[in-house]
Amino acid sequence: MRGRPLLHTSYVSDQAIFNSGTKKVLVGLFLLILALMPLGVIPGLKWAATNSWMRVFGEVAVLLIAALGLNILTGLAGQVSLGHAFFMGIGAYTAAILGGPEGPLWGLGLPIWVWLPAAGAVAALVGVVIAPTSLRVRGLYLAIVTLGLVFIGEHLFRNFDFITGGSQSGRTFPPLELKLWKEEAPIVSFQTDGSWFGIELSSQAKMFYLLVAFAIVASLLAKNIQRSRAGRAFQSIRDRDIAAEITGVDEFRYKTLAFAISSGYAGVAGALFAAFVSRTIPEAFGLPLSVEVIAIVLIGGAGIVSGMVLGSLFVIVLPLIVQNLTEWLSDLARSGEGIVQSIADFFVATGTFDFGLISSLPGSSPGLNVFQFNQVLYGLLIVGFIIFEPLGLYGIWVRIRNYWKGWPFTY
Amino acid sequence: MIDTLPVLAQTDLSSLDTFLQMLVGGLALGTIYALLAMGFVLIFKATQVINFAHGALVAIGAFFVAIVVLDFEIPGRWMPGAPEWLTWSLAAALGVVAGGLIGLLLERLFIRPMVGEPLFQIAILTVGLDIVLRTIVDDIAGLDGRPLADPWGIATARFGNVTIPHTQLVQFGVVLFLMIVVALFFRSRTGIAMRATAWDQEAARAQGIKVGRIFGISWFLGALLAGVAGVFASIFPRAAGVSSATAFVAFGAFPAIILGGLDSVVGAVVGGLIIGLAESAASIYLVQFSSVLGSGFSAIIGYVIMLLVLLIRPYGLFGTEEIRRV
Repeated sequence: MRGRPLLHTSYVSDQAIFNSGTKKVLVGLFLLILALMPLGVIPGLKWAATNSWMRVFGEVAVLLIAALGLNILTGLAGQVSLGHAFFMGIGAYTAAILGGPEGPLWGLGLPIWVWLPAAGAVAALVGVVIAPTSLRVRGLYLAIVTLGLVFIGEHLFRNFDFITGGSQSGRTFPPLELKLWKEEAPIVSFQTDGSWFGIELSSQAKMFYLLVAFAIVASLLAKNIQRSRAGRAFQSIRDRDIAAEITGVDEFRYKTLAFAISSGYAGVAGALFAAFVSRTIPEAFGLPLSVEVIAIVLIGGAGIVSGMVLGSLFVIVLPLIVQNLTEWLSDLARSGEGIVQSIADFFVATGTFDFGLISSLPGSSPGLNVFQFNQVLYGLLIVGFIIFEPLGLYGIWVRIRNYWKGWPFTY
Repeated sequence: MIDTLPVLAQTDLSSLDTFLQMLVGGLALGTIYALLAMGFVLIFKATQVINFAHGALVAIGAFFVAIVVLDFEIPGRWMPGAPEWLTWSLAAALGVVAGGLIGLLLERLFIRPMVGEPLFQIAILTVGLDIVLRTIVDDIAGLDGRPLADPWGIATARFGNVTIPHTQLVQFGVVLFLMIVVALFFRSRTGIAMRATAWDQEAARAQGIKVGRIFGISWFLGALLAGVAGVFASIFPRAAGVSSATAFVAFGAFPAIILGGLDSVVGAVVGGLIIGLAESAASIYLVQFSSVLGSGFSAIIGYVIMLLVLLIRPYGLFGTEEIRRV
């Protein structure tokens, strides 16, 4: 029987992952776009099939996994952590020890099906070990304790240079390829160009498919954790910890569990991140990475899985849009005419003594350079979203949805 | 984070002089941390906000001093005959107050609309503010930094075998003065109002205290103290001027805040001194163990101490324990 939309007559249908037809359609459409995007066959999205954009979207998928983890800790269980980058680092270097190429630095050269789960497991284990310390302190103390974790972690990573290569050179991380064991030729390599099922794909497109697949699995898992007993316990701790304890939620146990799951996600994300960029220095797992993940969670909408997808897209892609826009504007400022040129000139400085919000010149000149402008914009977005839209992009989406639900009436 | 002392070529680790020199360096760093922690705790007590933008306020205060001293030459341009230390101090005071006003502005624009929202959201908001402000200061100050042109330069005084830069002598005096001022402030009418606000905002309001104004004052004072710390962190022997590195002093002060307890001003001072001394001691006595502890261990020893103390006392040394009642 097809009932009224949003009429749920059983808990099963209410708690279903896709509890409305629209969700099913939208997610299906999104997945279809993801599947076809690298092929460059979608009109209007052909630009996305270029290598540089594929790389960007790969990064989005990796950070999405990290954000899903933090979302469980911060969005569901309500514990603020600035230490996510530390756990990503643990995951990355676990992967490096197990799967990294054999050489002067530690590396056993094991295949992905060993190092990826191990990265998650080790990070989760470290999370469990550290959790009791962190969970003794409450609320905002935790934010600073986890901040300490990042600094101590960075120090350790820097100094274990037989694993990490130190700050000077960094190290090479395991390649993204599927092997049975240590044989020479991988069964599937994601890091070489080649054809799959008769379709020519670049290495970037292959990595994109792999990372998106991981991200989909991670999202489904996160959604299911949220719907499970543990997920409900997390949310009750977030909303009222004392009330949660009275209703029988073991606060310490579930906080530790949230910490462990979150660090496990971070470990997997860190390992994938490291393998994706293939070479990086210990400082990559510092405070800015933590802040980036927090920004994704807050901008996307804390506690909501689909919000994480929006958030990671937004946070990673926006700087590139600004960069492209700057290039476009500086072209206009140089060669445009009339009012268009004046407007472009206001935004972009092209000469040394030229006024402009963004300077397209290297070196010092009035105005911020593109990187700095992006930083300022990024900070302002965090501030703006928290002040004006605490539910993040998801909140905006909810408002649009509700508007059309009642259309043409206002309620 | 910063090196506490110029490393001497030959240091006899067991000598008393080394110890005294370490003590001086530790106090110099510790008082900077104490200033930062005091400002931070002032803000936290009055408004319940964890201010991650404290580092930016450090840089902004010091940067304003650099501008007032070198670019505006206020009040030096009107006082041609006055001694340099006087004009510089006045200029520095002006710059630091300007930095305090920025704190006031931040509170009005960004923190006030968030009153009543979840505290962690406000904390993350200040992280965003920190990014914005630091980037702008970086852009203006440039990578090589701006000198503060203080009149003491690199002059040092010797007491026995212990060397103390003149700047640090000035610093000890200023910090002591500020601590007394803050202590007196808490006994003033406004100070009592602030303590009442920290105790219970609603009750304070019912007594006729303008809580909004108290919020503003606390941010002004916090930013002002941060600016003073910024000045001493950007002159000899710590740095050659305000630069993108100046703001990182605040990261060294966070352990001090937690160590003393988030809501205790006395704790902030004690915590600051402990962390400063520990960093200084580690940079001298633990260098020989760097094969085990790793190079640059002194920069993170504060966080290690913080974690250890929290294991025993989750609310810091002087913090009030949060009592949970059903």
